[in-house]
Formats: sequence, C-alpha cells, structure tokens
Amino acid sequence: MSPAAALRGVTHRYGALAALDGVTLEIPGGVMAGLVGPDGVGKSTLLALLAGVRRPQAGAITALGADLCDPAALAAARPRIAYMPQGLGRNLYPTLSVAENIDYFARLFGQDAAGRAARAAELMRATGLSPFAARPAGKLSGGMKQKLSLCCALVREPELLILDEPTTGVDPLSRRQFWALIDRLRARRPGMSVLVATAYMEEAERFDWLAALDAGRVLASGSPAELRARTGCDTLEQTFVALLPAARRAGHRPVVLTPPPPPRPGAPPAIEAHGLTRHFGDFVAVDGVDLAIPRGEIFGFLGSNGCGKTTTMKMLTGLLPASAGTARVLGEDPARGGDARARVGYMSQAFSLYGELTVRQNLELHARLFHLPPARAAARIAAVLRDFDLEGVAASAPDALPLGLRQRLQLAAAVVHEPALLILDEPTSGVDPVARDLFWNHLLRLSRQEGVTIFISTHFMNEAARCDRISLMHAGRVLAVGTPRDLAGGRSLEESFIAALEQAAGAADAAEAPPPAAVPPPAAVPPPAAAPRPARAGRDPRPILGPMLGRLWACAWREALELLRDRIRIAFALLGPLLLMFAFGFGISFDVEKLPYAVLDQDQTPESRDLLESFAGSRYFTEAAPLATRAQAEEALRAGRIALVIEVPPRFGQDLRRGDAPEVSVTLDGAMPFRAETARGYVSGLAQSWLRARAARSPAPRSPEMLSIEPRFRYNQAFRSAVAILPGIIMLMLVLIPAMMAAVGVVREKESGAIANFRATPVTPLEFLVGKQLPYVAVGLASFALLVLAARLVFDVPVRGSLPALALGGALYVLAATGFGLLVSAFVRSQVAAIFAAAILCIVPAVNFSGLLVPTSAISGAARAIGLGFPASWFQRISIGTMTKGLGFAELWTSHLVLAGFALAFIAAAALALRKQEP
Amino acid sequence: MRRLLNILWLGLKELRVLRADPVLLVLLAYTFSVAVYSVAHGVKMEVRNAAIAVVDEDHSDLSRALRAALLPPLFQPAPLIAAAEVAPALDAGRYVFILQIPPRFEADLLARRPATLGLDIDATAMAQAGNGSTDIQQIVQQEVADRLGAAAQPVRLVTRTRFNPNGLPEWFTAVMQVVNSITILSIILPGAALLREREHGTLEHLLAMPVAPFEILMAKILANALVIVGAALLSLLLVVRGLLGVPLGGSLALFLVGTVLFQASVAALGVLLATATTSTGQFGLLALPVIMLMMLLSGSMTPLESMPDWLQAVVQVSPATQFVAFAQAVLYRGAGVDLVAGRLLLLFGLGGVFLGAALLGVRRSLARAG
Repeated sequence: MSPAAALRGVTHRYGALAALDGVTLEIPGGVMAGLVGPDGVGKSTLLALLAGVRRPQAGAITALGADLCDPAALAAARPRIAYMPQGLGRNLYPTLSVAENIDYFARLFGQDAAGRAARAAELMRATGLSPFAARPAGKLSGGMKQKLSLCCALVREPELLILDEPTTGVDPLSRRQFWALIDRLRARRPGMSVLVATAYMEEAERFDWLAALDAGRVLASGSPAELRARTGCDTLEQTFVALLPAARRAGHRPVVLTPPPPPRPGAPPAIEAHGLTRHFGDFVAVDGVDLAIPRGEIFGFLGSNGCGKTTTMKMLTGLLPASAGTARVLGEDPARGGDARARVGYMSQAFSLYGELTVRQNLELHARLFHLPPARAAARIAAVLRDFDLEGVAASAPDALPLGLRQRLQLAAAVVHEPALLILDEPTSGVDPVARDLFWNHLLRLSRQEGVTIFISTHFMNEAARCDRISLMHAGRVLAVGTPRDLAGGRSLEESFIAALEQAAGAADAAEAPPPAAVPPPAAVPPPAAAPRPARAGRDPRPILGPMLGRLWACAWREALELLRDRIRIAFALLGPLLLMFAFGFGISFDVEKLPYAVLDQDQTPESRDLLESFAGSRYFTEAAPLATRAQAEEALRAGRIALVIEVPPRFGQDLRRGDAPEVSVTLDGAMPFRAETARGYVSGLAQSWLRARAARSPAPRSPEMLSIEPRFRYNQAFRSAVAILPGIIMLMLVLIPAMMAAVGVVREKESGAIANFRATPVTPLEFLVGKQLPYVAVGLASFALLVLAARLVFDVPVRGSLPALALGGALYVLAATGFGLLVSAFVRSQVAAIFAAAILCIVPAVNFSGLLVPTSAISGAARAIGLGFPASWFQRISIGTMTKGLGFAELWTSHLVLAGFALAFIAAAALALRKQEP
Repeated sequence: MRRLLNILWLGLKELRVLRADPVLLVLLAYTFSVAVYSVAHGVKMEVRNAAIAVVDEDHSDLSRALRAALLPPLFQPAPLIAAAEVAPALDAGRYVFILQIPPRFEADLLARRPATLGLDIDATAMAQAGNGSTDIQQIVQQEVADRLGAAAQPVRLVTRTRFNPNGLPEWFTAVMQVVNSITILSIILPGAALLREREHGTLEHLLAMPVAPFEILMAKILANALVIVGAALLSLLLVVRGLLGVPLGGSLALFLVGTVLFQASVAALGVLLATATTSTGQFGLLALPVIMLMMLLSGSMTPLESMPDWLQAVVQVSPATQFVAFAQAVLYRGAGVDLVAGRLLLLFGLGGVFLGAALLGVRRSLARAG
C-alpha cells in the first residue's frame, strides 16, 4: 500500500515560534494512523497542512500522491481528503439541522439531490443521528456534534480522513460509539486511510501506527507494540512519557493517590444542594439534584454530554438562577452573589479568557479582580506560571496558543487567588497526559494540604478514579454517588459507567448504536461525482462550470437558510429602512419655519409697529417676548432662546415719513450658518413685501417694478422636501443595510471556526463570496421594493421616469453594497471591526458626499473624490433621475455602468483578500 | 473602593483589547481626522460653491455684468451655455441654477419696459435651491439697480450675524462632524465589545467572579469614553482649530464635561442595544438606524425648527440633540454653565436610564442563553 501522506523537511513557523521543525515523516496508507504528543507540539499544524487548510512554508508535502505545495494538484486532491477540525462541532452551522448540515457538504461536492438524500440517510443511520435529523446542530450534545461533524467529513467518500482530536470533550459512551463507527466505515472501505490526533492514550493503543511528536519534531513512529517494546513500558501512556526528552520528562511525577482527610464532624459542607432544578422553556436541564460535598473532598462529576453537568455548575456559581430547589456554597446562597464568590475558582468548559491579552495579563486581571495585594499577586502569578508550565508563553496571546495550553491557562486563572472551592467544568479536555498528571498533582496537593474542596467534571475515567467520590449524572438526574471503587463494582470504571448510561438511556440510545449489520452495503449509494480533472475540462467547459455553479449555489443555499432562521436580522433589515424613511421623510426639511425671534422696538410708533407686524404674521417666524435693552437681546441670543433680533432705532417712524431712509438692524444667531442664511433670506423678503405694500397704500403710487425674476422650480414645483429627500433616503438605506449584513458574513465564520469548511473543501473564494452575497442581495432588493412602494403610497412620490432603469440601478447598487460589505469582511479579523468599518466607511460618504443634502455639483476637494469613489453618489443620480426628473436609460446609462464596475471590483477585491489557506 | 478598583482594572483590560485590533485604531483615526476634514472642507449645506450657468441671449453690458456679479464663494464661476442645453444640464445635475437672460433685456429696461429674467432651479437640491434663488434674486436686483440707477430704498435693512460673522459653514460643519463621529463610535464600540464578550463567554466568566454587571458595563463605557473623548479632543484642537482654522469660543473645559456626559450616555445606549440583540450581526443592523436617526435629526445637519412639532419633541430624548444644542451654545455663543446646566443634567439622566435598562438586559440575556 502506498503511503497516505509524506512530509519531507517540513518547517512551519508562526512568527518566531516554530510549530514544525524539519519534520520528515511517511504516514502509511490504508490504516488507522495516530499522532500523539503534548499540547502545542505541532500536531494540529501538521494535520492542517495535510488537509490543505494551511499554506506550506518550507519542505515538501504529498498526500495521496498529490503534491500539496502545488495549488493545482492540491485543488484536484481536495475532494479526496476530508478534514474534521479541532473543537466540538466548531465547523458546524448551529442553526442548521443535522440533515441540512450534511446536505450542505454534499452540495459542495456536487452530488445530485437523490444521491445527497440517500447518502445523508445512510450516514445518519450509521451514526444513529436519524432520529435527530431535524434538530439544529447547536442543540446537540457534544458527542452528537462530533458524530455529525464526522458525517459531514464522510459525505465526500474520502480516501484520506483527517481527524483532529475528534473525541476531546466527548463522554465515554459516545467515544466508544464514535470509534465503533469509524471501524465499521473502514471495514466497508478498506482503502481509506485515517489519520487522527488524540490526547487519549487508550485510544491510541488501538491504532495501527503511531507517530509521537514533541516540540515540532518526530520522536518516534511505528506500531503501538513496536513503540512499547522499544521503551520497555507496559502502557502507551508510560511509553509516551519515556519517549520524551530527559529534560521534559524530569518534571513528570506519576500521580500518587493519598487517602482523603477524615471528615470533620459538624463542619458544614462546602456544597449543599437540595432538589436543584433548572428549566429552559419545556426542557428540564437539571431535575432535582441533591449534593452534599464536605470540605477538602475531590468530588468527580461524571455523565454523558448534555446531561446537565454544566447547568448544575452554573447554578452553583450563581451564573444561573435555579428554577426550584436550594443551594448553599461555602455557606451562602450563590444566587445572591455574596462574598463567597471571592473564595470560589471557576473554570468554564469553553475557553473564556481574553484572547487579545497576553497570558500574564489575563492572570493579572484575575488577581486584581480578586483584590490580591500587589506583592501577593506577583508571587501567585509567578507560582501558577511555574506550576502549569506556562512561563514560556507568558507573553503570548492565548488566541495564538493550542487548545491544551489555553486550558492550562484557564486552570491557572482559576487558582490564582487560592480559592477555598474549585468548580472545574471539564478542565482537562484537550490537555496532554503529562500536563494532566501535573495538574492532578496540584489538585491533590490543594485538597490534601490546603483543604480546598474540588468539584470537577471529566470524561477521563482515569481521572474519575482519582476522585474521593464521584457521581453519575444522566438526563438531568444524578443516578449514583459513591467512591470510584464502589461504583465500579468489580469492573473497570469505564465499563460500569457505560453500562449505567446505556441502562438509563434505554431505547433512545439503542437507536444511536445500531449493530453493524444495519449499515447498508456501499453499492446502494452511487459514488460521488469524481473530481473534475483539468485535462477533461479543456475539451468540455461543463464539468468545470457545473460544479462551480453547484458550489456557489450550495453556499447561497446555506447562507439563505441561516438568514431565514434569524428572523430578527431580516426584520431589522426590512423594517429599519422603512422606519428611517418615515422619520426622514417627515423630519428632514429645508423649509425652516417658526424661527423664534424677538423685537427691540426703540421707536414704538405706528410705522415701527406696522413693520414688526409683518414679521409676526409670517409662518416663518414665532415671536418671543419683546426686549427692552440691547443687553437683553445679547443675552437671549447667547442662550439660544431666539434665532434673531429685529432692532428698530429711535425716530424710525419720523425718519421714514421724512424719507431719511432709517436703518433697521437685524442680528442673527450664526451658530448654525444654514439657519442664519435662511432667516436672512426670509427677513429681506418680508421687508421687501412690506415696502411694496406700503408703497401701494401711499397716495402717490410709484411706477411699477420694471424688472421681474421668474424662478422656475424644476422637477418639484411645489418645492416639497419629500420629493427631494426620498430618493436620497433610498440611496442611503440601500448601501448601509446590505453592506452591514454582508460585513459580518465572512468574519462571523472566522470567529466561529466554520471558515475551516471553506478552507478544506474545493469551494473557491469567488464561489464562496458570491454564494454568500446572493441572499443578502435578495433581502436588499426586497427592502428596495418596499421603499419605492412606501415612497409612492405614503409620500406620494412616484417614479416619474423609467422604472426598469431604477430597478436595474437598484440591483447593481445592492450588488455593489453587499460586495463592499464582503470586502470589509474578508479584510478584518473580528466582527466588532467589521461592523465598525462598514458603518464608518459607508456613513461618511453616503450621508455627506453623495448628494443626500448637498448637491454633488457643489462638493469640492477630497470630499468630491471620495464621493465619486463610492457607489452611493452614482446611484443617487439614478434614484433622483428616475424618481423625480423623469429620466431613463438614455440619460443614466453611464451611472449603471459605473455601478456594475463597482460591483465587480468589490467582489473581485474580496476574493483576492480572502485567502484560501491560512498562513 | 472595591467597585472603583474593579472598574479600573476592567477598564484597563478594555483598553488593551482595543489596542490589540489595529483595524479599529486605523478607523478611529480616520473618523476623527480625514472624515472630519473632508466633510467640513468639501461639503456645505449653505449656498457655497453652488453650480450655476447663464444663458445669455442679450449679449449686452448689463447681461455681462449680471453674470460677473455671481461670484465666489457663493457661486462657482458661471459658464455660458446655450438655451438648448438647459434641460439636459439640469437632468444631469451639472448645475443647480440656470439664469436665463432674454434678448433685448437691457434695452427693455433702459426703455422702462418690463423685462423678465428666467431662473431655472433644480428643486431636488433642496438645501441650496431655496436660499440660492433668494440670493440670486437679490444680487440681480442689486446689480440692475446699481447699473440703471433705481430709486433708493426707503428703509435700509442691515443684517449682522453674531457668533460667526462671515457665516462660514465649516465653523459649524467641522464641530458637528466631530459630534457625529462621537455618536457613531460610542454606539458601536461599547455595544459590539459587550456582544463579543458574550459570544466568547468572557462575560459569563467575569460574572462568576466577585464582579458586578454594573462594574463591567461602567468599565466598558468609561474606557471607551477615554479613547473617544480623547480622540475627539485631539480632533477639535488639531483638525478643527489647527487645520480648518475654526475658532473655538467658550470654555473648552465646560465643553469637555459635556462631551464626557454625552459620550457616556450614548455608550450606555449602545450597550443597551447590545443587550437587546443576540448576535453581532443583529446588533449592527439595529445600531445603524439608531445612529442615522441620531445624526440626521439632531440639528447637526438640518435645523431642528424645520421638523414637525411632534418629531421635535421626540428627538429631545436623543442625547445627540441635547449635545448639538449644548455644543452650539458653548463653542459658538460662549454660553456659561448657567445656560447649559439643564442640558447637562438631561444628558446625565438619559445615560442613567439607558444604563439601568442595559443592566436589566444583561442578566436577562444570560439567563436566556443558559
């Protein structure tokens, strides 16, 4: 059998850190091959390189005979390699159902509808997921998530299956089922090579071939028996320790159990719970749990995934209020959030420290929040860094560290303040055996020497055996409590644990673990479409175009499903713009009315009063209380109570009668220049008409005005604000909302881990992005239609010009806006940055530089350039042109062309920015 | 004391997290520098740099004088166009105004026959159309009166503008753009940061420690206040005063107090929006309309007086409306604390209400998530 994969002189660095250091390794084909080694020695990097999700840096890598450093060969090999990344279901789509998740992967590999359905049904039957086909992936237990993840990897019938710690955090029963499943699959497809990284030595024992890694180098490889023989050890766990370089081995001490201290009579228990219950809607997560844990005890909390362990722990830490029952932790009710919390150390299941802070900064934050005195804090931080072997990475950010090291950091943070009680939720999941022993030695020391009570959940049975007492939980209930020896009842703890779970679960679990005979023969399923071979593609374009469209459509279908499951997002996207159209349609107006003004009439003659009355009667002005002195006028202006003061001088009437042209002075508040300018226009207009009226009343009429000016307000004779502003509002909304929706599209997957599917499957960046774009374009177009309709029905602003020109313009504009959002999304690393960038980069040009309030013809300088470099100003021409100016394609086609250019440029730039492989 | 210390440590953490994202820092700098400068420098709501053209069918001294009288800074130099170009030019939005001078215009006026000038206005350019047509009519009247020696007006109307004697738009726009930048950032940064903590589980982890939700939210708000108000102050001093030459009257210390209150109240609103949503994607879509409402209806773009009465009443609960009025009073009119104390109190109260509602939301959303 040819090797499944081979590496020659492969080195991979993250900054200065070498994850792989000149690795040369040949992994045999057609067998179960395992990678074992401590945390952070490069196992995941090696697997990611073989799966094609990381870009090789140095050395030669081949898998299934294909040179993975050659992009074309890699692309051709992708359909034959399946990859299941680390983390419980991190690459699944939580709102999609089990069947839909599988279907998505099948679509990515171009399988037809009938083939997909048959394949999914077969896989679900084989994994026991059939009864849960319609359940969203996010609501599955950890073990079921891993099975689903496996189904998604197997849907393509891979020749090489790469599994990165597939059973980490999975309970023993699910773990056993998982491996039984792999065995059956291999029995059916003997040619399939499987490569697994694992932290469970008892699992590694069953593999055909193992490679032990340390510090980026291969220590040894061969069959488990060979390795054991070479080191002369009995168990693989010991073998592994023996293989380590002497320096690393020196720190390892086997865990030596000591008996628990005798219970102190009369001392209150550390944890006490009676009938503790928690509902989520109809679902009962925890159902009447009773606990009594004396101080200083190590209490193990065992149970299947999703049985309520985490919920119980959250109630004990006060994070969740109990639906019923009582709990006392260190003598206090945890829900009250009293001082007891300062004496509890809690470690949650998922990593929940700050990935952006360094390891040391995270510990400092904990020390400070627990108010350790500075000197004590410094000593404790130094101590835990040493205890958990974190000194080498103290200055690294946890985001850059492997799972095992992150777990150790969480443990260090939980004990930094020397708590009296530790509540640890699967603290050793994903931690290598040496580090686990290290950790358990610490736990024992804390318990035995310092009297710390430890409440710990675990899926490792050898850890459970080290506890003073353990409890077994299933489906929200505690099945049994006792010493490990009592509960094992003569068998191994794992055996009795699995038996108890199977008994408790009864019929439900029977369906999950069907006998191998239930698996249909492989012939029942047509083989998946073979990977398109470039040679064949040269003659016939369809084999390339067909799968391309198929993958694009798969991405669109999946994104649309996720969007449809999130009704709130759709509602916001459709209602937000409408709400804003109403607010701005009514609210934005340039028709300044009711300007508050005051008069300072120092004349008080009929003439002065006549003049002032012409202001009082105008709808533009609202009169405030008259003023007596200039000081008062100044004060009123300064306070912003009035916008202008009209001052009539003494002897105004007299001078006017004499024809001495008296001066009326108007003082405007110039704080807002637009308002001042408008007010000035009104004042001079009113003064003119007062003069005309006065002239008309005078006994000797003057000659009529010779010059007249005839203003013609084009497009908007009535000068209604709505007519002018609504096309601009549509312009604004159609860029902001679609861009914002698309902006989180890619980066959300980067944060959740689902991006791994993009990296590990044949989908290209362009297919991925355009597929994502389509559902957002659909929502954008729906919003567009609603806005145009509302303009017509609510504001009576119809489309006077060409509706097709507007529609096409809108479609191109929405394409450009979503393309812009995706470009932002491809660039940034966090969703925070994505929505910030989308908001700022869209709002500034769309509000200011695109003709919303100020016509583009009057905009100058950099503002003009930015405006022209953004699609909004071009769509503004189309929306104003078609809606109010009555124009069509003949006048607007250049704008359409420019928008199409933007749409293409943005999506092309996004495709370039989105790297298929991680560095 | 413990509370204050907790807020301090958590705030410090907040600053470190912010510093770790270079994209955010670049955007922050852009918002308070390039965006402020280009908007203030290039965009004028008032009649400035307006595009105007003239159709001269008279070719007289008077018609040439009229065209020459349309001067910067109000108008761009007016090109001559043919009558047939009027409609396409307006359609394309090349000009907002087109003054049409008919044949024999000067001769008619000299012969004391009535003459009519046509003024075509693109009424879709509302901001400039109204005031611009008033300005053009006045300029034309004045020019014709000067040239043909009309009778003097019986009353001389003298207008003076206080607080911005030359009516320079950038005095207003620059400061208002800073206000708008504060609004956008203060909604998005603290709100998104809270959601990020929830999605990454760090919020829950903090709550399992002896830390109160109030301290977590306050730390977020205050840390962002430090960054955003600091950036805003730099922007005011370097960009607005330095680069754009806008004199900032009044007490900068008082303005700073108001800015901190404003920023904190908007940040509390951002946090409140974050607790009302379950994902960053939802938050972005909810935050945008809120930002747009606060920006466009605050009086920083169009005058408050032009809104319907009911809307004027509604927008009073927006911190942005209060702050725009406050900023105008302090920075332009030099108002003292006595005149703006009411608005400051209101900002404080609004922030308190938003924060209170957000605190209720944090607990609820955690209990829901399970």
